[in-house]
Amino acid sequence: MSETESVRPQTHRETGIVSIGSYVPRTRLKRSAIATANGWANPGLKARAKGTRAICSHDEDSLTMAVAAARQALASVNITRDAGPVDIQQLILASTTLPFSDRQNATIVGEALGLNENLHSYDISGSLRCGSSALMNALRQTDSSLVVAADKRQTQPASIDEMTIGDAATAVVTGSDNLLAKFVAASSVSIDLVDHYRDAHSNFDYTLEERWVRDEGYLKIIPTAIRKLLQQQQMNPIHIDRLIVAGPNARTCASIAQACEIPEEAVQDNLNLECGDTGSAHALLMLAHALEQAQPGEKLLVVSFGQGCDAILLETTDKVMQLSQSSPLQTMLDSGIEEDNYQRYLSFNKLVELDWGMRSERDNRTALSAFYRHRKTVTSFIGGRCTHCDTPQFPRKPMCANPECRASNAQKPEHFKDKAASVKSFTEDWLALSYNPPLMYGNVHFEGGGIVMMEFADFQPGELNVGTPLSMQFRIKDEDSKRGFKRYFWKATPLLPYPPHTH
Amino acid sequence: MASGIKDKVVIIGMGCTQFGERWEASADDLMVEAFAEGLDDAGINRDQIEAAWFGLSVDEQNLGKSALSLSEALRLPNIPATRVENMCATGTEALRGAVYAVAAGAADVALALGVEKLKDTGYGGLPERNKGTFDDLWFPSATAPGSFAQFASAYVARHGISMEELKQAMAHVSWKSHENGALNKKAHLRSRVDIDKILKAPMISYPLGLFDCCGVSDGAACAIVTTPEKAAELGKTGKLVSVKSMQLALSNGSELSHDSWDGSYALTTRIAAERAYREAGVTNSEKDLDLIEVHDCFSITELVTMEDLGLSAPGHAPQDVLAGKFDRDGQVPCNVDGGLKCFGHPIGATGLRMAYEIYQQLQGRAGERQLDNPSLGLTHNLGGFPNKNICSVSLFGHYSG
Repeated sequence: MSETESVRPQTHRETGIVSIGSYVPRTRLKRSAIATANGWANPGLKARAKGTRAICSHDEDSLTMAVAAARQALASVNITRDAGPVDIQQLILASTTLPFSDRQNATIVGEALGLNENLHSYDISGSLRCGSSALMNALRQTDSSLVVAADKRQTQPASIDEMTIGDAATAVVTGSDNLLAKFVAASSVSIDLVDHYRDAHSNFDYTLEERWVRDEGYLKIIPTAIRKLLQQQQMNPIHIDRLIVAGPNARTCASIAQACEIPEEAVQDNLNLECGDTGSAHALLMLAHALEQAQPGEKLLVVSFGQGCDAILLETTDKVMQLSQSSPLQTMLDSGIEEDNYQRYLSFNKLVELDWGMRSERDNRTALSAFYRHRKTVTSFIGGRCTHCDTPQFPRKPMCANPECRASNAQKPEHFKDKAASVKSFTEDWLALSYNPPLMYGNVHFEGGGIVMMEFADFQPGELNVGTPLSMQFRIKDEDSKRGFKRYFWKATPLLPYPPHTH
Repeated sequence: MASGIKDKVVIIGMGCTQFGERWEASADDLMVEAFAEGLDDAGINRDQIEAAWFGLSVDEQNLGKSALSLSEALRLPNIPATRVENMCATGTEALRGAVYAVAAGAADVALALGVEKLKDTGYGGLPERNKGTFDDLWFPSATAPGSFAQFASAYVARHGISMEELKQAMAHVSWKSHENGALNKKAHLRSRVDIDKILKAPMISYPLGLFDCCGVSDGAACAIVTTPEKAAELGKTGKLVSVKSMQLALSNGSELSHDSWDGSYALTTRIAAERAYREAGVTNSEKDLDLIEVHDCFSITELVTMEDLGLSAPGHAPQDVLAGKFDRDGQVPCNVDGGLKCFGHPIGATGLRMAYEIYQQLQGRAGERQLDNPSLGLTHNLGGFPNKNICSVSLFGHYSG
């Protein structure tokens, strides 16, 4: 850093996006399956039966998707940086569907990622705009921040929302070095137009007439916010290269562009056909998609609607080409497994209660004092490496697992979540309780040493073999329905399509 | 080095209930049934028993903790009684306690009794239970078949055979147990089953089908042990059955976490077997053992156990099994009473049930199942998971003091 730069006041330092990563669940429910199941009750669904919506598996939620997306973002920043792993100082988790109302979800994400505990973290919620608002907050600071937006919204069977909504998460690392895109400006308006709402005790949105929302909401409020920002910047709208609008459908987005005099070809695909509207994650998800196609020097306008509107203006740098070369999100969107079992989707989302037998009556109470002592083992998947014999091992116990060593209290922490791993033995268990039978589990071998017996997730029966390569994903381990608690641990899944494994 | 347990303690009485779905019987009834047979066999009265060890594994939906239920059910004369629990080795552990007490001279006559009332859960398979405050946070919610099924995929990978070949040998194991169980009036499952039916059975936990899994049964068994001297004093003549060795090996976390174990065998069985052979002075197990009762909770467990006990060369158990080496008329008859598979598996009673069969065979009292003049037998239990388990190996033979 030069002397002039170092004395420049912080407020003038350039900020922007350092990396971006997304997670779209592997399972994609075909909308035709929804229409087939519910068309008798709501014939209007048939007109919307094109494409798929990304859906969480039974052991995924906003928190697990947030962790997966953040790992994608951190993996790519750590690969492209010359100077070691980035030091995240702030973590913001944005969602309207976080599992805990009062137990900070962002902290769980931070511990799952193995981030330093000297971290300012917080959750933000309250509207579908919370993802873009979190990003705005981060971009206005020079601190390295990790912004994660995730949503898994429950939708009422046979509703229009059931057709349009999907599950996903996107994470953005912001900061002031190595930028993919520079932050130019941002602006907001806050207006209480109730296009939909969900009260604190409801599972589903209450959604108002689409035509009213379009005419009074999208087509008035969004252009107001855009014009305000462009006027502030004294910018001609024809210079907007990519317009990213989360919320409205494609036709309304085109009308918004027209109203603002932004070229129609700047309007970005809203990913409706691939994954659906992913709520508070959607503006960031669409941004990730747009950045994969962007050239250096482009101006991107990100707009997110919800009781007003956020608008963020960004300009890409040369480094954006790294994304277009690898296209991680597009790869993930292209790697789904289509599902036409609507009943299974209902069960995954607790919209139908199947008979899981008496085994499901097991009491999954968590001893939280024990959990606290072991949380690095459980949440961060940290084992030990013996300083005497160099053997990696999980779980970490006071004495070394190596029969030739047995050194006492001589282990240093060893992260297991990012290691290359493969199946050592397995079963598909039809007797054990699973909400997506069969329960698959077995011994997993970690490259460089170590075995862990763990559950497999996202495999279809017949897909597992000894030697199958695995990746580790943070998932729901058990739910304590009696006390409203969830516990999380890591499961072994098929390799994610991106990033190519770098261990 | 310790001189070991060989020929220090003899068994003078044993009892075993009918195993099975004993809907009509409480655990108390089962204990009394086994105890009455054992007392009668020993020819002593209850008040001559000086100490008791009680094997009960799953207390949660059963009798609760402690040995009070034993003391109350049998109206024991306020003698010391201790409950032991060590997973599937629980019954053998009760016997080890009683044997050690007699060998130590702390008691002249001791009782070991194991019982399990598994069929009050309301569903098939073993009862669900928690694994402890830490393991519940990360260990898979595995079932017993799913855990032991791990042996199969690891065995196939290690020895380069196909799963189809392994399944054929596993089916032979189950077929044999059904053949043997059919001859045993106390067995839970007494029907014969053909190989084809075994192979086509519904999958429980890949690659284990229904017939690869043992019965979940209610039952009780007991042993009354004393010194050879006391046995003579009690007028016991003829071929006394003596304890030759009792060994136990527990995993210490190496299989769970360390690459030195490849998943295809039970490390603890190898260790316990070697110690048990040494304690009993057995140098050639294949030749010296006249019968064995092994822990066939699942067909694959019995198969890998043949190698772990040194009765098959590594990788050769499938051929040996298919060649009939462990059939009733084979070189080393295995589970001639039907095993866990068909006699049944009331966990706390199982180790004692195995000893009961050896005891009957060594005394020529096994009826239709009687083998030709056996003199040395082995029992084996394997409790837990392939990667963290408790193994007992015990030898019993004619007293040769």
